[in-house]
Amino acid sequence: MSPKSYIFSMFGSSPIRPMQQHMAKVQTCTNELIPFFEAALAGDWKKAAEVQKSISDLEGAADELKRELRLNLPSGLMMAMSRRDLLETLTMQDRIANKAKDIAGLMLGRKMSFPAEVGPLMLDFVKRCIDASAQAQTAINELDELVETGFRGREVELVESMITRLDEIEGDTDKIQVAVRGKVFEMEKDLPPVDVMFIYRVIEWIGDLADLAQRVGSRLEIMLAR
Amino acid sequence: MEYATIFIILACVFGFFMAWGVGANDVANAMGTSVGSKAITIKQAFIIAAIFEFAGAYLAGGEVTKTIRKGMIDSQVLAGSPELVVYGMLAALLAAGIWLMIASRAGWPVSTTHSIVGAIVGFAAVGIGMDAVQWGKVGTIVLSWIISPALAGIIAYWLFVSVQRFILDTPNPLENAKRYVPVYIFLVGFVIALVTLFKGLKHVGLKLSMGESYLIGALIGLVVMVIGIVFIRRLKFDPAADSDFHFANVEKVFGVLMIFTACAMAFAHGSNDVANAVGPLAAVVGIAETGMVAQKTVMPSWILLLGGAGIVIGLITYGHKVIATVGTGITELTPSRGFAATLAAATTVVIASGTGLPISTTHTLVGAVLGVGLARGIAALNLNVVRTIFLSWIVTLPAGAILAILFFYMLQGIFS
Repeated sequence: MSPKSYIFSMFGSSPIRPMQQHMAKVQTCTNELIPFFEAALAGDWKKAAEVQKSISDLEGAADELKRELRLNLPSGLMMAMSRRDLLETLTMQDRIANKAKDIAGLMLGRKMSFPAEVGPLMLDFVKRCIDASAQAQTAINELDELVETGFRGREVELVESMITRLDEIEGDTDKIQVAVRGKVFEMEKDLPPVDVMFIYRVIEWIGDLADLAQRVGSRLEIMLAR
Repeated sequence: MEYATIFIILACVFGFFMAWGVGANDVANAMGTSVGSKAITIKQAFIIAAIFEFAGAYLAGGEVTKTIRKGMIDSQVLAGSPELVVYGMLAALLAAGIWLMIASRAGWPVSTTHSIVGAIVGFAAVGIGMDAVQWGKVGTIVLSWIISPALAGIIAYWLFVSVQRFILDTPNPLENAKRYVPVYIFLVGFVIALVTLFKGLKHVGLKLSMGESYLIGALIGLVVMVIGIVFIRRLKFDPAADSDFHFANVEKVFGVLMIFTACAMAFAHGSNDVANAVGPLAAVVGIAETGMVAQKTVMPSWILLLGGAGIVIGLITYGHKVIATVGTGITELTPSRGFAATLAAATTVVIASGTGLPISTTHTLVGAVLGVGLARGIAALNLNVVRTIFLSWIVTLPAGAILAILFFYMLQGIFS
């Protein structure tokens, strides 16, 4: 006789902890953009290359977690949240790390430099966008508490307020983005046109970090409202 | 009656074998949610199961035993041929026991209750005649197999919602947990004691009025509650544990509650499932001693003791391994959910025991867990497994029946 309890086998492995671990990995990855930009703005490409390597590794690790989580979500599961919402949230989380890797890769590849006047503002912009994904992580970390409270009451209100805060941060990043663009626009005539093109692209991608973080938040909001 | 001693010995052996099977396989399912929520250790589960399975079997196992013994077959039809009932009951025990062994070897989630009911109905309908079966009573039993998981699910859902309302979704969950968990503990003690007092204790020689039952039930509930309060007072809370998961300390309080619900579950399981083994045994003993099918005599309590002992020995020799596999798994089942599911199942099973309905403890518990899942309380439930568990009884009924018919004709050939 095989020792086995049927009651026990009906409990599927919970996707919540892996989901949070994935987001934590994504956040560690994205955080690396700060030392990367500091190195890049200082023109220290050796240091920047090292950081880029670490960003790329972390992104790979996040991918691995994502794959594992997807494989552990067979369709016969009855979950506290919809499977589709969960998987889409995961995709959004993962795209934050991808974007961070793209930004670092592009900047390193072209050894991009920014005009001195834009530099500090650019760093602020990056930091604020990372704030947004940090806020998304804070919200994702409440998932286990949400299940504990059966997606009801105070805990839902708490997460909703976190998502509102996330939206505010994203709004901030939009404003900074406008300011950075304005600065670059003022000097674009004096810069090599191809460089300008790529500067705009990097600005756009950095802004995408916050957008994606916001979309993690809105997916979470849909989960709350089932 | 010719061969009376042989029949009694055979019935004891087969009944013990069946009880052993219940203890070996089924107890682990009953303890699954308790151990899975990590509120009690494997060793504690083992001790709780041994004590309360036995107590449940002895104190509250009488009604279901009566149903299995003589509720499903018509004694009027069989009055002239008591030996047929003896062969049939022996065959049913053997069939159910062997079917359980085959099924657990193959890893199928079968219910002991379904096997024995299938076996008894099988030998009676085919071996004796369609009119030997009390179809009304059998219909009620089958209906109860559908109602019991549903009822447990509904109770679990509302228990879970009440935990949200009174404890988790409040400004200070820990304080409220300390305040309300003792109330739940009272409820556990009260419900179990009450049902047992209403129905179970006749054979121990205790007869109580309705009012007395309520009073004693409430008293037992209070005593249990005081013990619970002492346990909760002795808990040490670690504010640091709440930084990662805000309800870590609250769940500790529920862990205390879970100990009591685990006892209740073991008690409930003993009260219902021991009958599967000792019901047929009691029938054989009764007929062999009196030579008549319709016995008015009270069932001797040594039979219940034998069943209880069989369950405990099954648990000691084999069941602990199954419990251990439950304990090493990782689940997100927190004590607050485990409590809601287990108490709902225990209540349903104890009520069924009081009414004399043999139901499947496993199915009831699955229904209760689903109830919590429907309230969005469990991160992930594997519905494929749930489907397999529920479908298995459709296979078990004919399997138990066919085996019982075979053994019935075999025994008839040997002894007459």
